[in-house]
Amino acid sequence: MNNEQALFKYVVRLGDNALVLAQRLIEIVADGPELEEELANANFSLDYLGQARMFYSYAGEIEGEGRKEDDFAFRRPDREFENVLLVEQPNGHFGDVIVRSVLFDVFYLLQLEALSACSDDRLAEISLKTAKEIRYHLRYGSQWLIRLGDGTEESHGRVQDSLDQLWRFTGELFDGDETDELVLAGFAGPDLDKLQAAWTSAVAAIVEEATLALPEDQWMAGGGRDGLHSEDFGYLIADMQHLQRAYPGLNW
Amino acid sequence: MYTQGLDQQGKEPQGLQPRESAERLTAFQARIDAEEKIEAKDWMPEAYRRTLVRQISQHAHSEIIGMQPEGNWLTRAPTLRRKCILLAKVQDEAGHGLYLYSAAETLGTSRDQMVADLLSGKAKYSSIFNYPTLTWADIGTIGWLVDGAAIMNQIPLCRCSYGPYARAMVRICKEESFHQRQGFDIMLALSRGSAAQKAMAQDALNRWWWPSIMMFGPSDKDSKHSAQSMAWKIKRFSNDELRQKFIDVTVPQADFLGLKVPDDELEFDQETAHYRFGEIDWQEFYDVLAGNGPCNRERMQVRRNAHQGGAWVREAAQAYAEKHAAQAA
Repeated sequence: MNNEQALFKYVVRLGDNALVLAQRLIEIVADGPELEEELANANFSLDYLGQARMFYSYAGEIEGEGRKEDDFAFRRPDREFENVLLVEQPNGHFGDVIVRSVLFDVFYLLQLEALSACSDDRLAEISLKTAKEIRYHLRYGSQWLIRLGDGTEESHGRVQDSLDQLWRFTGELFDGDETDELVLAGFAGPDLDKLQAAWTSAVAAIVEEATLALPEDQWMAGGGRDGLHSEDFGYLIADMQHLQRAYPGLNW
Repeated sequence: MYTQGLDQQGKEPQGLQPRESAERLTAFQARIDAEEKIEAKDWMPEAYRRTLVRQISQHAHSEIIGMQPEGNWLTRAPTLRRKCILLAKVQDEAGHGLYLYSAAETLGTSRDQMVADLLSGKAKYSSIFNYPTLTWADIGTIGWLVDGAAIMNQIPLCRCSYGPYARAMVRICKEESFHQRQGFDIMLALSRGSAAQKAMAQDALNRWWWPSIMMFGPSDKDSKHSAQSMAWKIKRFSNDELRQKFIDVTVPQADFLGLKVPDDELEFDQETAHYRFGEIDWQEFYDVLAGNGPCNRERMQVRRNAHQGGAWVREAAQAYAEKHAAQAA
């Protein structure tokens, strides 16, 4: 793999993370605890979708084979999606959704901030714009996590359980491979060790304010970036790609 | 989005309240006749207030329930562009629900009360959302016909005599017009597409046409609150006038799309310059209104589940706020 190919793969992965999380969030578009939360959820989903479109379009340009955003979203089998497992986890209840978002957004924001200073101008520019959106998502998510953790006995128990259940998907965020190494070396991309240290302290601070306990070190799941996903993921992709698969090659 | 038959439900206004002297009522009507806006703190007859709370809250509920049939295709939208546009539309609907609940709150009824009335089945919402979205073409048809009908109903509401409602409607109508265009654009793509896509578009029109023209509510002769609402300038045109206007505008659009409106009696009358159309099945309208449409129970169940499922979240937010207010004190 050369640097250009690594950059391509890296940008597709950014698109995959954003699209899969958007896809999960829009499943619960009319299922919030308050109307304001439904509005926020729709707004965030729209941001992630917009990001996926920018990343996929740019990936298509890097590749230079004429693939467009929809080719990446609708015309790849699930084994070719390389999002992290965390974003594909089923929604569960509101607390699960918030914990999933916070754990991912802390990582994503650090990643985008690092990418904003990378040597690929287009990626730096997209990352700078995207970081502004994620900073707001994270503020919203962490405020909710604090309220739920430090709310009632029931809410505290529920989000502690969400945190314990989702924790095993956080190791993969920092489990770099050749793609990450080439983007780091060739484009001054994110250094995952530094990201992990920053992520750990940022998450610990939110968890502490939420009066929750950080889960003990435990076994970490992996495989998303090799296209090895959870069983639920096949349904997410089948649902999303339904029309393009049933009626290939049409304009909509 | 969708006012319809909004003057059909609720109790009859009660008798005159003691403070509603003939003089006050006459003075109020004179303000209305002079096209003055009535504001939240102004005196108003109780029946005017009740009519508005009923109409505005039903409109708000319709926006919220309307998120469901469209939400049904969000995960399956055929392209990322269409998915974004549909999601933005669903988000607008949640936003319209919020402004409308706020407008209704200016009349002294809390949002909690209005939501409780929706969940208990006491308050109604537009019946159109009790029909299912079975194919992607239904999303196009909802934008084209349902939002198109809603705009016909709602443009006059921008001049409604009650100021907060009229102002909320100005913004809502701007967004609705974008919704209508996105629906028509979906239909245009389908009608220029493959035979399967054209068939999908025709099938959707067949299923949504009659429910859409029912959105204007019962015929004028059967519309029990219309005369009073017209006198109060809450309503500016009758149900039948708006329905006719909608049909006159929409039939040429169907022709342009190469689709057939499912009404064998539809014919352009040269003398009146209006389309004549077939008999509406009012039994279906009243059945759906009474709760017996294809999705009435499902729509309500989704709302109840969201409300009940979110109770622990609202309690937590309240407990957190109280705890921290106590600490700050």
